[in-house]
Amino acid sequence: MLVDIKNLRVAFETRTSRFEAVRGISLQLGKEKLGIVGESGSGKSLTARALMKLLPSNAKITADTLTFDGIDVLSASERGMRQIRGKRAGFILQDPKYSLNPVKTIGSQVAEAWRTHKRGSRKQAEEAAIDLLDQVMIRNPRTVAKSYPHEVSGGMGQRVMIAMMLAPDPELLIADEPTSALDATVQAEILRLIEDLVSRRGMGLILISHDLPLVSHFCDRVMVMYSGRVMEELKASELMHAKHAYTRGLLDCIPSLTHPRDRLPVLNRDAGWLNP
Amino acid sequence: MIEVDKLRISFGDREVVKGVSFSVPKGGSFGIVGESGSGKSTILRAMAGLNNSWTGRIGFGGQDVPRKLPASFFRQVQMVFQDPFGSLHPRQTIDRILSELLLVHGIGDIEDRIEQALADVALPKAVRFRFPHQLSGGQRQRVAIARALIAEPQVLLLDEPTSALDVSVQAEILNLLADLRAARNLTYVLVSHNLAVIAHLCPEVGVMLGGEMVEQLSAEDLRAGRTKHPHASELRALSVNLEDPA
Repeated sequence: MLVDIKNLRVAFETRTSRFEAVRGISLQLGKEKLGIVGESGSGKSLTARALMKLLPSNAKITADTLTFDGIDVLSASERGMRQIRGKRAGFILQDPKYSLNPVKTIGSQVAEAWRTHKRGSRKQAEEAAIDLLDQVMIRNPRTVAKSYPHEVSGGMGQRVMIAMMLAPDPELLIADEPTSALDATVQAEILRLIEDLVSRRGMGLILISHDLPLVSHFCDRVMVMYSGRVMEELKASELMHAKHAYTRGLLDCIPSLTHPRDRLPVLNRDAGWLNP
Repeated sequence: MIEVDKLRISFGDREVVKGVSFSVPKGGSFGIVGESGSGKSTILRAMAGLNNSWTGRIGFGGQDVPRKLPASFFRQVQMVFQDPFGSLHPRQTIDRILSELLLVHGIGDIEDRIEQALADVALPKAVRFRFPHQLSGGQRQRVAIARALIAEPQVLLLDEPTSALDVSVQAEILNLLADLRAARNLTYVLVSHNLAVIAHLCPEVGVMLGGEMVEQLSAEDLRAGRTKHPHASELRALSVNLEDPA
């Protein structure tokens, strides 16, 4: 089991108050593709970040089990976590505009990621970077390696981010809304690329998104979260037959091109969802 | 109500809008789709008077827009932006944000108008004295719509009004926009990259590619797949493909 989480809770504490944002999440992941969906504030990103211990200092994590490939994340030292982050588990974030260093060339950033984890000469790293850029389907990797982040499109930037994450051959890829800043045409390309790389290299994937139909196309399993809890977990292929009212509501309120409606149904939140 | 004729917009040497023409009848709603960089938002910004280095013709209600915009122009045309986190002043209360426009135009009755504006967009009265950061994304977008409507404009320009929002909130905002248009006989120009959103709100759609409007068609034709230009067909195919869960 690559990831094993049981009863994960993340709470934010201030001097006077305490807010629990993740309230008892359990999930297990092997070499498969898991989608986590939910509205903003449902705790989906926090769950993934808790696994990497990438949370602000006022966040308190508790869990019965929180392991990555058998390593206990809760008791792991910062040094130990650094062996996991990037190296064994890659993190792809939403907007490449903010995740790439604007004053360094793309090639040097990918090479740096490779060198940090693989330890090789500068020359080797440069070659590896170009090979990685080639793997993420960038047509002229040598030219792109010499350019700066502002000179490439958003889709290209996201490919570069993926190339950086692949550099140390991780076993798990966490993609947090990797395409929500991109155009629909590019969105599908990037997700297909991620799916392809994950299947080819036999990695695990956690894809976090607010877009239910999109996730169902690229994952094996989908976990639906609401207000820090798991509402439902189901096979991606069975999403159309989701039983939970929340999942149904989310699917229902998306405007459709082929099935027009005069008025969109709105989601009626039921307080009962939070008391299983 | 709106006529745009051979509109050209350049930034330096680069022409980003290359002769776009369309018209919208009073009470109508026109949608512009396209990918980022296709020039769709640039058109909207020129129409809203946020960029006046354009050539061609933009007319509202039969009158050409002059180069130097009079204050009265903004009582007729208002705009709602994409990101409700960036478009509201973070250190002003909602009350201050909404009254600004009324003060600028010397419209009286501020008290009643603000209450009415908040009620129109279905926000509770208590919101009035809150700051933007105390509201959710959907509530903030409602404030942005209320601000646009408070001067009682005839035309509302909407730049990706729902793309920063969750689908559940998107549905509420789309319903609100549809209701307001029906109730006040507003004319909309909506820009989005989401075909389903455009088709839901606009009976007429224009497809942009590389600064040109390559096709104009009705939402019904778009839904039925009667597209002529390959780019329009491509966008439609993608949207339809992703729509049905696997």
